[in-house]
Amino acid sequence: MSDDSDNYMDAASFEGSDIVEDYQSSNPSEAFSDDDVEIEDNEAFIVNEPVKPKKSKFDVDYKVYDINDIISNQQSETEQVCSIFGLQRQDATILLRHFGWNREKLIERYSEDPERILKQVGLAPGTSASAQSDSRANSPVRLKRVKGFTCEICFTGSEDTSTQTLALACGHRFCSDCWKMHCEEKISGQGESRKIECMQGDCQTVMSEQVISQVVPEYIFQRYQTLANKTYVEDNRRGLRFCPGPDCGNVIECQVRGSDLESLIPIVVCKCGQASCFGCSFSGDHRPALCGVTKLWVKKCEDDSETANWISANTKECPRCHSTIEKNGGCNHMTCRKCRHEWCWICMGDWSAHGTSYYNCNRFEDKSGKDARDGQQKSRVSLERYLHYYNRFSNHEQSARLDQELYAKTERKMDEMQRSTSLTWIEVQFVKKAVETVTKCRMTLKWTYAMAYYLDRNSMTELFEDNQADLEKAVENLSELLEKPLDVETIPELRSQMQNATNYVKSRQNILLEDTLQGHMEDRWSYHITIPSLA
Amino acid sequence: MSFLATKRLSKELKDLNDKGCPTGIQLLQSDDLHKWIFELEAYDSIYSDDKLALMFRFSGQYPIDSPAVQFVVGELEGATYKAPVHPHVYSNGHICASILSDGWSPVLNVSAVCLTIQSSMSHEFTQPSLSSHSVLTSCKSKQLPPDNDRYVARAPENPKKTRWEFHDDTV
Repeated sequence: MSDDSDNYMDAASFEGSDIVEDYQSSNPSEAFSDDDVEIEDNEAFIVNEPVKPKKSKFDVDYKVYDINDIISNQQSETEQVCSIFGLQRQDATILLRHFGWNREKLIERYSEDPERILKQVGLAPGTSASAQSDSRANSPVRLKRVKGFTCEICFTGSEDTSTQTLALACGHRFCSDCWKMHCEEKISGQGESRKIECMQGDCQTVMSEQVISQVVPEYIFQRYQTLANKTYVEDNRRGLRFCPGPDCGNVIECQVRGSDLESLIPIVVCKCGQASCFGCSFSGDHRPALCGVTKLWVKKCEDDSETANWISANTKECPRCHSTIEKNGGCNHMTCRKCRHEWCWICMGDWSAHGTSYYNCNRFEDKSGKDARDGQQKSRVSLERYLHYYNRFSNHEQSARLDQELYAKTERKMDEMQRSTSLTWIEVQFVKKAVETVTKCRMTLKWTYAMAYYLDRNSMTELFEDNQADLEKAVENLSELLEKPLDVETIPELRSQMQNATNYVKSRQNILLEDTLQGHMEDRWSYHITIPSLA
Repeated sequence: MSFLATKRLSKELKDLNDKGCPTGIQLLQSDDLHKWIFELEAYDSIYSDDKLALMFRFSGQYPIDSPAVQFVVGELEGATYKAPVHPHVYSNGHICASILSDGWSPVLNVSAVCLTIQSSMSHEFTQPSLSSHSVLTSCKSKQLPPDNDRYVARAPENPKKTRWEFHDDTV
């Protein structure tokens, strides 16, 4: 279970100012190779413990469940309800689904008025004549052949006793083929799993899992179970969410209130290694930017609002027909392609007033011209400001990718070295760790730029930017070391350099995150816009 | 079209031919098993002078899946039909009735749908057994749905593609 311990370390990666090495426990041999690593907490080796002890006040508690845990959770919750009220399992499941798996509410309501609740969820047989006449209403629902039966839906039957039929507790009997089609349509067609009702109009009797399994083919039933597990996670008020990792079906449980998100960033790491934010569902670690900031920034970058910004900075409108024109060269004498209006690019006035001064607008100091120029200037400044932050944000994203590509190459070389020289496997692993650190820190840096874009200019922001600059410098340094050619002779030296640099980068990251997250809690950061609340 | 749908429709058609349609309802076309047209008379109602026709279209999933039902708007066999001016009927013939979407049950059939819609036109005529399905019960004045123009401008050809919301079940 190296995965577990790995995660554990991950979440614990910034505790106080001590450096706790991520990934360290993922490779036991490695743990002994690094004497510069401190592990002062023996708890770190309690593996298979899903609950992560609160290592830092900036971390949230969470649990990771796989699909089997989800199934057994449902089973145990169902069994509890069964034992309290002496209900059948399938009925208890239907009740729990109805109450969104809120056991307390179910118990409370059911104790008050069991009959009403049973009726409400579709478990009490209706009072229709057919139900009353069916004396076997309380026996388990099974397929059976009934002589002289004609299915009201497909009109199969009559004398033919080979037709399998089925009636729920309500007594509405139809042939098994019609039930199958009904369930298939609900499950495959509509993706329904909470409540599949009797086919009789008006009848709200619910089909239990056991009945569904009798009428549909195996693959449809599997689909039904998948859907049911999904609704368990979605309906659950306990705070469950699927891991956004590709092909990862794990579920994460975490208790975060909407109001917490103003000072807390609930990053969770799944067993599959995917980090995500439990607050805003962002699939990645967006610390130190708050969820609200992340949301704004992502939207800003996705929106074409910046296209509009570019247009306003680089184009002007024809004063007569308002067509948008970009001047990409030539003189100031503009002739609108559309309306043939002739005007001056600089003062926006009619060209006829300019006479022959083609390259020189003599009305430059005119008030109208000045206003137009000011407007343009302002728009340019805001565009440049955005680009400053955006370029740095995307640069780190790209560099992280490049670092990893570089590492892929280096890894091959290391493999080779290990085979051709006397170096051991452990001795060539330091690059891997460096790349992992660089990648993580670039993610942090990326989001510092998103945050900085919205920060007010004040002394606090300056401190923040100092921390940012320190981390950035350290990261670039390490990144440069990664590019150095590998030679057998220089490896020991490079190794110690890189290990030192890696540790330094980590400590810088810790300092930055610590301080920034602390700042969120102390409400130290002031933004020049209102950060939307996700509560 | 599935075996079930064909079988069920043939049976329904046979019953309609053998036993006849309910009062005031007449089968105009059923040459194509997928598409039937009925003429509808709304006796004793403000629509009694209107020439109304209902078109049913069936998918291969019928009767699990509800039929697409709408009023005929235009020429048909020499007669001109219009959608009734009714708060739940759009001028393109689309009908907003829960029985045609969420309230559909495979136990219902063509004749039951015709009756429900007919009863919704007439205040004298109600079908107690279907009244809870029927969003449309009785109508006292001729009025278009409030969002008629907006809906008709963008409506899909097949009313089943519309996601109906039942704003009002008093009329």
